Amino acid sequence: MSAPALKLSAVRKSFGRTPIIRGVDLEVPAGERHAIIGPNGAGKSTLFNLVSARFPVSSGRIELKGEEVTGRTPHEINRRGLCRSFQITNIFPHLSVFDNVRCAVLWPMGYRYSFWHRLSALRDARERAEEILERIGLAARRDTLAGVLSYAEQRALEIGVTVAGGADVILLDEPTAGMSRSESDEAVALVRRMTEGKTLVMVEHDMGVVFGLADRISVLVYGQIIATGTPAEIRANPAVQEAYLGKSVADA
Amino acid sequence: MEFLLITLLNGVTYGLLLFMLSSGLTLIFSMMGILNFAHASFYMLGAYLAFQVGARLGFWPALLVAPLLVGALGAAVERLGVRKAHRFGHVAELLFTFGLSFLVEELVQLVWGKAAVDYRVPPSLDGAAFTLFRTSFPLYKGFMMAVSLAMLLGLYLAITRTRVGLVIRASLTRPEMVQALGHDVPRVFTLVFGSGAALAALAGVIAGNAYVTEPGMAAAMGPIVFVVVVVGGLGSLGGAFLASLLIGVLQTFMVASDFSVVDLARRLGLGVPDAPALARLSLTQLAPIMPYLLMVAVLIFRPRGLMGARET
Amino acid sequence: MSGVPPVLNRRRLLGFGGFLLVIAAAPLVVSHGYALSLFCQIGVMTVFALSYNMLLGQTGLLSFGHAVYFGMGALGTIHALNAVSAGARWFPVTLLPLAGGAAGLLLGLVLGAVTVRRAGTTFAMISLGIGEMVAASSLMFPAVFGGEGGVSGNRVTGQGWFGVTYGPQLQVYYLIAGWAFVATVAMYALTQTPLGRVANAVRDNPERAQFLGYNPQRVRFLMVALGGFFAGIAGGLSALNYEIVTAEALSAHTSGAVLLMAYVGGAGTFYGPILGAAIITVMQVVVAGITKAWPFYFGLFFLVIVLYAPGGVAGVLQLHLRARRAGMLRRLAPAYLAGAGPVALLVGGTVTLVELAYAVVNRVEEGTARLRLPGLVLDSRTAPPWIGAAAAVLVGALLLRVVWKRISGRWAEIHAALAAEGRS
Repeated sequence: MSAPALKLSAVRKSFGRTPIIRGVDLEVPAGERHAIIGPNGAGKSTLFNLVSARFPVSSGRIELKGEEVTGRTPHEINRRGLCRSFQITNIFPHLSVFDNVRCAVLWPMGYRYSFWHRLSALRDARERAEEILERIGLAARRDTLAGVLSYAEQRALEIGVTVAGGADVILLDEPTAGMSRSESDEAVALVRRMTEGKTLVMVEHDMGVVFGLADRISVLVYGQIIATGTPAEIRANPAVQEAYLGKSVADA
Repeated sequence: MEFLLITLLNGVTYGLLLFMLSSGLTLIFSMMGILNFAHASFYMLGAYLAFQVGARLGFWPALLVAPLLVGALGAAVERLGVRKAHRFGHVAELLFTFGLSFLVEELVQLVWGKAAVDYRVPPSLDGAAFTLFRTSFPLYKGFMMAVSLAMLLGLYLAITRTRVGLVIRASLTRPEMVQALGHDVPRVFTLVFGSGAALAALAGVIAGNAYVTEPGMAAAMGPIVFVVVVVGGLGSLGGAFLASLLIGVLQTFMVASDFSVVDLARRLGLGVPDAPALARLSLTQLAPIMPYLLMVAVLIFRPRGLMGARET
Repeated sequence: MSGVPPVLNRRRLLGFGGFLLVIAAAPLVVSHGYALSLFCQIGVMTVFALSYNMLLGQTGLLSFGHAVYFGMGALGTIHALNAVSAGARWFPVTLLPLAGGAAGLLLGLVLGAVTVRRAGTTFAMISLGIGEMVAASSLMFPAVFGGEGGVSGNRVTGQGWFGVTYGPQLQVYYLIAGWAFVATVAMYALTQTPLGRVANAVRDNPERAQFLGYNPQRVRFLMVALGGFFAGIAGGLSALNYEIVTAEALSAHTSGAVLLMAYVGGAGTFYGPILGAAIITVMQVVVAGITKAWPFYFGLFFLVIVLYAPGGVAGVLQLHLRARRAGMLRRLAPAYLAGAGPVALLVGGTVTLVELAYAVVNRVEEGTARLRLPGLVLDSRTAPPWIGAAAAVLVGALLLRVVWKRISGRWAEIHAALAAEGRS
């Protein structure tokens, strides 16, 4: 059996004296779509920030594809094949839509900090970026500045930028946040399309999205995972139902 | 021994003066994210206004009037200029204060001329406070120290005992929190900016006659105060205090001692006929760059500053 | 989808061709010696301001100490020149600015490592401190920096090739113009490379760039070092132009000047700093010849740009070009015409006030209490000129407020129309 794509062991995080993540163990096998759910303030986003090294862990161990990455910087972790999106849209507002995506592909294609290549001559980078634009449905907006896109378009770009680099472990932080029903349906289809064959870990509030997309679900409550299992198991889990205080998960 | 004590007192006086400037700057910087380039200009305006007002009304009224005038000016600058520049982000704010400092220097030259003005220590404070063996400590330096300490106490009480002080303290470590506290943030900003300007002006009033009041005094003081803020650590008044004293005392000692690496070698009995230029430099010559060397050292070994609460 | 676009497209051909034409023809059109030295200075400052904008406009680094690279480049070049003159080394004078570039690059590699940890305001503060440190040390090592008097040299060495000795100022002008063109093309080319684009990304959002595998500190470091290289070339050109380098070259004053040029010209476009270098150099030379109050006007002009046109001259230009492309420039004309009067009143009144004030101050020194304007003599000792000027400022400001609403209304229409067009 190969190493899990992502493995967290006894991960803890405190801000000052306040513990936010209180010992999380989690294993996500390669190729799985894993959702993390939980009430507000449970620490879902913090967990993402720890895995992607935005914040340092207080203690514990994080492994990416069998290799320990605890204490690494975000760019080092990205270079080892993990890429994340953000809950609040986090793009390059003064670059064109095309350049946003192209920036995401330049590093993995080996052009790094080159100042001896002419960008427009890098046919492989351009074609890859154009292919991504096609797939996220923004080909027509290629030369628009990313900062003036509509909200839904920016969210799509956010996902495009996240997957463009070819990372095989993708972390999506609430990909459908703030969307209408129809927008959300499109976003789910987009996520499904773009993460085909990759390991996906996502934080999501919308139960419809979670139960439709995830292979397995972990429930985070007050900084601890109280249950992990298939959607059916999670629906049936009494502890989970209690945590959601009657807001029955089964209805979703 | 007497040299040591007198130099130490001189250094502390200078350090306290630096703190009067850096406290306001660090408050403005930490709360509003504005690096106020015009801060030292307020210091200079304080000295010039004290000279002008003092010529009419005497030193004591000037001690009160000049900081109040400059404080009002500072508040007006925040309301009418900085806030407008804020729409375009921190760079525009910074550049606005940069342009302002340029304009103030030009204005001062226009009104008072390019040469230093004859701003003197008042007769009542002229003379020696005490004499140690053969070295005397001027009464006026003692007065400067007293004013600085009184200001320090006032600032401490204002920040720990008042509601506004509470907001200020909260915003030092978590600037984004202030909005959430539901306070009238713009008014607090104006208050802090104006008070910072008034403090800087007070420093100018008491330092302008002890040192020299000339159009270049802002440009000479400004960068050192920035260094104090970086060395002390962003968002930390305590750090600014420590860094002010450290730089004040260190620089005063360096200026006062004419000692070089070559001298050290000689004293150890080593003959150095042709030492490199670097080793020949005396501490006095090195004094002007000492604050910057300290800053570089802090940046390399302790990027948060001596007591910095946060990285950015 | 396939095929690589050519290096020279129509826009670049027009832009750089025009640039080349202007710098080649400038001394032929105005050949007065005074104008020639002005052109030389503009050429030097063009390279310097463009190198500054590699930091400010392209990487989002606001530096208050860029002059150290310029000064080091100038020193490196002048010392190299003196070594060549003394016969210690053989090196063509034409290529000497490269020595300046090397010195700037070296310093950039050293200082860049310390300064780029953080961007934004902190970087601004640190760059100021580092700049002051280098400037202050310049007086400590007279052998390198020349002390108070500076280091001088003589750019005419040996016989020269084909009559090019760099004795006549015109030859120096073409040396500077040639280097300015090459450096400008090189800096433009840099914006079209992966590093150039990633620098923009780091400027926009360093955190996101980091989550895409880039190390923002490394990107800033590379840009500071390369910016140091081009600033060093500018310094080298200035050393050859003036044949003397003083501590002024690396002072805070020079750092401030280059910041003004890049910002006033427009940091958001590639060509903005070129405009800024030309405008400000001309202002420095021409306006300073007319009035003693020029630094004051200069400060006011800068504040107006910061508060009302943060995109600089190029930003305003760009805006109007877009309006013209949409065919809506004509709609602005009436509003602008209405604004001309109030602006004239405001500017005229302000200038009169400032000049009166300067007349009062200078009276003591030079006995010129009267302000002489063409066909008008104002006596600063009497009240009417003061009252008149103040009234002009007041009325102008009030009228402008009214007209401003109309102008911004028109712009709102244009923006709306442009946005609708972009969407379709």
